[in-house]
Amino acid sequence: MSYVMVALTCLAAAVAIVPLIAILGYLIKQGAGALSLDFFTSMPKPVGEEGGGMANAIVGTLILIGIASSVGLPIGIGAGLYLAERGGTRLANLVRFLADVLNGLPSIVMGIFAWEFLVRPIGHFSALAGGAAIGAMMIPLVTRTTEEMVRTVPQSLREAALALGFPRWRTSLQIVLRTALGGIVTGVLVAVARVAGETAPLLFTAFGNQFFSTKLTQPIAALPLQVFVYAISPYDEWHAQAWAGALVLIALVLVISVISRFVVRSKHGRAND
Amino acid sequence: MTEAIARSVSPAGEAPRPVERPAAPAMETRALHAYFGVTHAVRNVTLDFPSNEVTAIIGPSGCGKSTLLRCLNRMHETIPLARVEGEVLFHGQNIYSSEVDPIALRRHVGMVFQRPTPFPTMSIRDNVAAGLRVQPGERLDRRQVDAIVERALKQAALWDEVKDRLKTSATGISGGQQQRLCIARALATSPHILLLDEPTASLDPLSTQKVEELVYELRKSMTVIIVTHNMQQAARVSDRTVFMLSGEMVETASTRVMFTTPSDPRTEAYITGRFG
Repeated sequence: MSYVMVALTCLAAAVAIVPLIAILGYLIKQGAGALSLDFFTSMPKPVGEEGGGMANAIVGTLILIGIASSVGLPIGIGAGLYLAERGGTRLANLVRFLADVLNGLPSIVMGIFAWEFLVRPIGHFSALAGGAAIGAMMIPLVTRTTEEMVRTVPQSLREAALALGFPRWRTSLQIVLRTALGGIVTGVLVAVARVAGETAPLLFTAFGNQFFSTKLTQPIAALPLQVFVYAISPYDEWHAQAWAGALVLIALVLVISVISRFVVRSKHGRAND
Repeated sequence: MTEAIARSVSPAGEAPRPVERPAAPAMETRALHAYFGVTHAVRNVTLDFPSNEVTAIIGPSGCGKSTLLRCLNRMHETIPLARVEGEVLFHGQNIYSSEVDPIALRRHVGMVFQRPTPFPTMSIRDNVAAGLRVQPGERLDRRQVDAIVERALKQAALWDEVKDRLKTSATGISGGQQQRLCIARALATSPHILLLDEPTASLDPLSTQKVEELVYELRKSMTVIIVTHNMQQAARVSDRTVFMLSGEMVETASTRVMFTTPSDPRTEAYITGRFG
């Protein structure tokens, strides 16, 4: 009987990774052909012209991730720290519950909300509105990972710091948060990966841009938007470009993860592993 | 000294050490009670801890000895629902009076715990220097910090073992070394009193011996209060012994008297091994 169980769970595990392998394999097959140095350095070309790239969308996505992180990380990490260190209060339970609700909120709703409160009052689409919308989506993810990771820091370390004369706030920031940093970075990367590919909220906020723009107050191009536009177009060259764009998007997230992990590891030693 | 722990005084650096009258205790408790919620963990303890002596607090598990120790640097109150009644006098000043800042107090009353607690993200050097970063007054430059780190590690009898690896992670050394590192960390800020909460409970015999020798040396420069449930350890390292039972202080006497002619039958029963 236990052999059957082992076989079944093993089969389930194998099937679980099939989608990822299939997606990656198909993306490489379809997208690699359109990939070239040109794709990273040049602008989209009109239909019918050879070549062209998504330089504007790649830079745009990086800028959007930057804005989203500067909104989502301080708030998410701060809230997570609060939940972990002062978790028993009524406010904490409310925040935890609302963070879970926010986490389940469809991203298009976030987009509509950001349009109503950021785009409409200002009068035009902008990178800031797009970054804020996906940054808000990062908050619950970062909050809950930070809380979990901070909870794994043993109480004895807090006591050791307090006994040395550390005020509570410095204990939280310099001892507890630093000790949990490795795990928090992992959670942050999951959040970045998740929002980097968001398309729906950007439709109403960042809007996309056919030109190269780094202005935060202007509409900005983004890889998922560009992939969307190219994929629903009727042109074969654009379809190939869309596949390549999707591949680059995944690669981008991968590169960000590897670099962040490397930075954290070399800065804080093996203690964080 | 009393001003140094008071909130009202500007952080102008280390206060000069007072001239010690030979009989003046470094710390005294007056009718001290400690609670966890409704649990009455320390009951009406009035005690003197003489300056530059080692006082051992012994007693069976759960007798309140660790709680008593944690009342002396106001660590007890960091636990939810914990509270303290009565007074603890530190060089004559009640540390529970409203003008005393517990954070400033803890810079003068160091503490080492049962299990080694090195900060895992910091190097050996940075661990020892951690307390210096929160000291009031001017920031020390690198050379001053290095000198203090060396002094503290030598005092903790750890310098020779780690001097070539000060920049490496503090979690890479053995448990016994980690505990001496924690002692060095507590010593770096030159506390007046060092509280040790069963510091050898998780150590092997050889490391235990090193820590005990260290405690014996330390009383030349400071007052040491050590909680232990190892009576031989109390007999080896301390000048005075306090025996506690069920939250009450049963007896206090010089260690020699306590272990040869205890006056309370309960003390005698405990140290002759009839319970506990």
